[in-house]
This record gives sequence, structure tokens and C-alpha cells, in this order.
Amino acid sequence: MTQAGSRSVGDRIVHKTFAPIMRHTLALYCGASGDHNPIHVDLDFAKKAGFPDVFSHGMLVMAYLGQALTDAVAPKNVRAFSTRFAAITQLGARLTCEGHVTELLDHNGEPCMKITLAAKDETGEAKLLGEAIVAR
Amino acid sequence: MVDRSAIGRSFTPVTAHVEPGRLRYFCEAIGERSPVYRDAQAARVEGYPAIPVPPTYLFCLEMMDAENPFEFLTELDIDLARVLHGEQGFTYHVPAVVGDTLTFRSRVTDVTEKKGGAMTLIAVVTEVMRQDGVHLADMTRTIVVRNPKAAST
Repeated sequence: MTQAGSRSVGDRIVHKTFAPIMRHTLALYCGASGDHNPIHVDLDFAKKAGFPDVFSHGMLVMAYLGQALTDAVAPKNVRAFSTRFAAITQLGARLTCEGHVTELLDHNGEPCMKITLAAKDETGEAKLLGEAIVAR
Repeated sequence: MVDRSAIGRSFTPVTAHVEPGRLRYFCEAIGERSPVYRDAQAARVEGYPAIPVPPTYLFCLEMMDAENPFEFLTELDIDLARVLHGEQGFTYHVPAVVGDTLTFRSRVTDVTEKKGGAMTLIAVVTEVMRQDGVHLADMTRTIVVRNPKAAST
């Protein structure tokens, strides 16, 4: 087995669940993030754009995924972090963020691990799929 | 509709300050409780000169301090209501901490059509520089534009 300290390929090292995303959550994130796109907080705007309701900022879900990540590894060791927004995250979603070590690698000459990340809602639907490169 | 002629377009650089109050508000909004992001002493113990920012906060800083946070959409004549975020990436060279002044320079690196023109994907790269000239980070994002249905389809 490939090992790095106590981290091995296949280990689930990131795991965190979050409270349901409420309208209030989106209002606070709108103000705090600088992303004032009304589609996330203004029902009239969202409906006019063809959506049944407001929905989460993708970057709020990425912030949760980042939080789950840096609960598990030291923030200063994170070299890269990326995600694909696979599906819209609806109001009320209860997210679980998980990450598994999928590779031990050298990144710019530094021993690192690749952590494959996912944020899923309570039905198991993947909302964000991503990865992080973390020094080990 | 945006086409490949937009590749290479750059936008007004944004200078943003990492302010403790705004960072605290962001941590509250996302439920971030880790002491390293909230307490200067805890941050120093971890080796930071001041409180560092959470992994996605650079994206927010650029929008917060932009004169027009949706400049690249208005410049490219894209309706905000038709935009979704497709992908987002960060490469970190040096941690950003409270007290930093950062300059963000964004440019379009790719434009591709998908699903027979139903969607346009726009890739934007943003270089983040610190006040002392240190190249702090890079961001990449893909914006998905849902195009109006063509009359012929």
C-alpha cells in the first residue's frame, strides 16, 4: 500500500455535514461574499429567469467544501483546490462534503496528495465534484 | 452572443483589501468556526503573520471591491440572468492574510459553444498579486451562458 505518514490512498479524510441551506443563509452569503447576483435571493428575479425558486450560489457550496477540507488538513498545506458545479443546489439542501486520498504525487517538487472531493445533498445527488492538492 | 473574438479580452484590474470585519462576516455566513480563521493568536501559532482567508475567499474579494463586479458580463453583453458557474479553481502560491492588499487581473482564455449553441462556456483566468509584488495565487473559472433558443430550432 502507498503510504504517506498516516495518509494512505483510499482513506476518507474529509467528512462534514452542514445545516440545510435556507433563504437566510443565501441572504447572508450574498452580502458576505460580494456576489450580489439577485438570482440567489430575489424570487421574482429567479422566476423571470426561468427558475422555480432562488437557489444556492455555487461558491457557497464550494466554501462548505473548502471548510470540510481545511477541517481535515492544515490550510497552509493546500496548494490547489478546484471544483466543477455538477448540479444546482436547491433551497433546503442538506449537504455532506467528503474527500478521499486518491493519489500521492510530487507537485512542483513537493510531496503532495490528491484529495478527490464531492458535495452531495441528502438524496445523494452530487452538486460539486472537485479535487485538492495538499502538501504531506 | 459571445464568440471566440472575446478570447484575450482583459478587464479593469480590481484592488481589494483583506479586512478583518468583512472576513469575520464571511466566516459567520458559511459557519466557519476554525480558530485559525477567527483568532489572530491561533493564526500566529500556525505560522501566519495574521489571520489567513478560507480557500474560496479570494473569489469574493475580487467581487467585493470591484467598481462593477459583473463588468466582464456587461462588457461581453451577457445577461446576468442567463449565467451559471461551471467550474472554479484556485492555485495558491502564498497565503493571503488580513492586512494584505491584493490586485486581481482577469482575462478571457477560451470561449466554446456546447449543445449546438444552446450554451457558451467562457473560461477566465485571474492573476492575484500582493502589494509587494508577490504572485499570491491564480484563479480559473468557467462561466456557462444559457443562450436564448434560436428560432430555427
